[in-house]
Amino acid sequence: MTERETIAVAMSGGVDSSTAAAMLAHAGETVVGLTLQLWDQTRLAGKHGIPDAPKAGRCCSLDDVYDARRVAHQLGIPYYVVNQEARFEQDVVRPFVSEYLAGRTPIPCSLCNNHLKFDQLLQTARSIGASRIATGHYAINEYDEERGRWILKRPADLAKDQTYFLFGLTQAQLAHTLFPLGRLTKPEVREEARRHGLALAEKPDSQEICFIPGGDYKQFLTAYLEEQGETMPETDGELVTSTGEVLGRHEGVSNFTVGQRKGLGVASPTPLYVLQIDSASHRVTVGADAELATKTLRADRLNWISLAGLERPMRVKVKIRHRHEPAWATLEPDSRPDAATATFDEPQRAVTPGQSAVFYDGDEVVGGGWIV
Amino acid sequence: MQNGLQPTARVYMDANATTPLLPEVVEAMHPYWMEFFGNASSIHLDGQRARTAVDHAREVLAELFQCHEAEVVFNSGGTEGDNTALVGLLRRGDHLITTSIEHSAVLQTAHRLADRGVEVTFVDPLPSGLMDPATIRQAIRPHTRLISVMLANNETGVLQPVEEIGRIAAEAGAFFHIDAVQGAGKVPLDVRRIGCHLLSISAHKMHGPKGVGAMFVRRGTPVESLLVGGSHERRRRAGTENVPGIVGLGKAAELAMRSLEDGAWDRVAALRDRLETGLLRLHGTGLNGTGGDGKPVARAANTTNLWFDQVEGEALVIALDLKGVAVSGGSACHSGATEPSHVLLAMGLDKTRARASLRFSLLKTATDADVDHVLRVVPEAVEKLRAVSPVAAGTLG
Repeated sequence: MTERETIAVAMSGGVDSSTAAAMLAHAGETVVGLTLQLWDQTRLAGKHGIPDAPKAGRCCSLDDVYDARRVAHQLGIPYYVVNQEARFEQDVVRPFVSEYLAGRTPIPCSLCNNHLKFDQLLQTARSIGASRIATGHYAINEYDEERGRWILKRPADLAKDQTYFLFGLTQAQLAHTLFPLGRLTKPEVREEARRHGLALAEKPDSQEICFIPGGDYKQFLTAYLEEQGETMPETDGELVTSTGEVLGRHEGVSNFTVGQRKGLGVASPTPLYVLQIDSASHRVTVGADAELATKTLRADRLNWISLAGLERPMRVKVKIRHRHEPAWATLEPDSRPDAATATFDEPQRAVTPGQSAVFYDGDEVVGGGWIV
Repeated sequence: MQNGLQPTARVYMDANATTPLLPEVVEAMHPYWMEFFGNASSIHLDGQRARTAVDHAREVLAELFQCHEAEVVFNSGGTEGDNTALVGLLRRGDHLITTSIEHSAVLQTAHRLADRGVEVTFVDPLPSGLMDPATIRQAIRPHTRLISVMLANNETGVLQPVEEIGRIAAEAGAFFHIDAVQGAGKVPLDVRRIGCHLLSISAHKMHGPKGVGAMFVRRGTPVESLLVGGSHERRRRAGTENVPGIVGLGKAAELAMRSLEDGAWDRVAALRDRLETGLLRLHGTGLNGTGGDGKPVARAANTTNLWFDQVEGEALVIALDLKGVAVSGGSACHSGATEPSHVLLAMGLDKTRARASLRFSLLKTATDADVDHVLRVVPEAVEKLRAVSPVAAGTLG
């Protein structure tokens, strides 16, 4: 058995990654299980209303490590927990905090996938003698001979599609990554888990951002900044309408996200929504639902998957947040090679700086970037 | 292991984590599981059988410690001994002196006591890993009640100057506890010469069973038991005696004393030195725990701690494990991931170097073939790691 065949599976202790590991092990592959320890769930526990005892279903909780270890033991594969806390804080938590403080709405999962998970996992895999990695993401990854490129595609279960968070994968990463669940639906994955006798087959899915227990961003920001001995920057400012009329003041831009309706602190006969957040002037613009619609968006820090680069305009569908139904648009090259502009056929609601825009051609991910 | 990743031949070089039972120990324990199962506190003959076995083990331990039998208390191991010494002696307002390189059984207990109003001073070691007795002397205060220092450090093997520290404790009128978990069985003990009041050991670090240990408690030391209940162990530790465990500990101690006389450790030291010299031939490699002359300070015969430049120790441990070599790097945190060793950090290593460090601790039964195997596997693994991992060139803390 040569080392080339060893596959390192990222195991979170959830159903998906456990089933991915089980499928590979039962197919006779040589498998090593790895859990990335990213965040110490006890670190900010009990501060500023953050729950004391982290519950299961969040990465790095002790229960999840226990579950992952048990699955690995059941499959008879070696299993290790790898400490990536320092990198996670540097590459994911810090950027998340600064983006939020700047009035943008970041997606830590994409940051993590782009900067840490795949990159670090591949490196760890190689250093322990495995050449490929596998994860429990719902996506399909195939090599296309004609184009000479690795293509990322939407999975069989569109409801579980995670390609939106995977747009940053490079060709080199895709070439060494397996997504064993890509052609299965979630119910089929649970069935597979049961078939392999995994005790966690019925474990509920996790939903929250792993390092933010309870999902309250503001609690997290306050507690994290306090731990770091930093103060929350003063970002209070004016609340204005799109015509410039001042409606009042707000207490800080990090309280808002584009499209938000609740908690604006002003009375109005018609519902008001956040339209724009200016991180320089701290001005928050609000307006009617109809004003939220935008015809164009610009994205930068692009990564191309099905193409080497965009040379001429292209018809694509663009997804602008996790639960968004991709919308038709024309994608045009920008003066900068790592940026592009998308013009929607129909205006889209709440295009939010800081989120990512991912471009699809049918089932294929063309590429994606960060909305500016 | 169905996936064929675990080679059949494994070399275990993590003796400071735990050791296997020697066959003589298993044999000695065997009758006490089913045949002589009595409760050592019972009046009847079944109880008396058990009592005799416990008493015999006590005699052996008294010989190991060089103390009176009445000064031996059996317990559940090193953590309980360390906890008993600190919690059993210190009250609000007392002062404790310990070191920053102790085992977490002492460090965490000290932190908890600090939360409860005990004043604690953590003294740092010299860069060699050795405690300077003068720094302990400087830490003495009028209300210093206890000094707790380890005999041999678990990460570096460095032997601490406990006799000198014992004299300092005596001058200050403070109690002195020694965590001898790593030292016991590797170096001779003599509690009178050291001048300690308390000393803790654990069976499983010296080829005895897990979950059992013993403590030397000098007569008249007012240490309170952690566990309250029956009048076992002369009221110093409640709870039915772990008879098979105590028998195993007694046999392990007997064999350990024999090893101290028959040159077994000289043989291990020679193997360790050959391993160390071989690994130090790799470029970008160095020894943790050297004095100003670059030579290692006095340390336990079985331990060496080395750094490998541009290597993530955690990945190296995994890579070696998959090649059949068991070693350790740093300490395992709550989830099982590796944290940089607090001992190496206290010695002044930066985090990157501490994370690039590995501990090799040889069993008393180590062989030339073990060393040959490790000397074959480690250079390959290090080379591979350096090729694939830039280790972020020290940018991460």
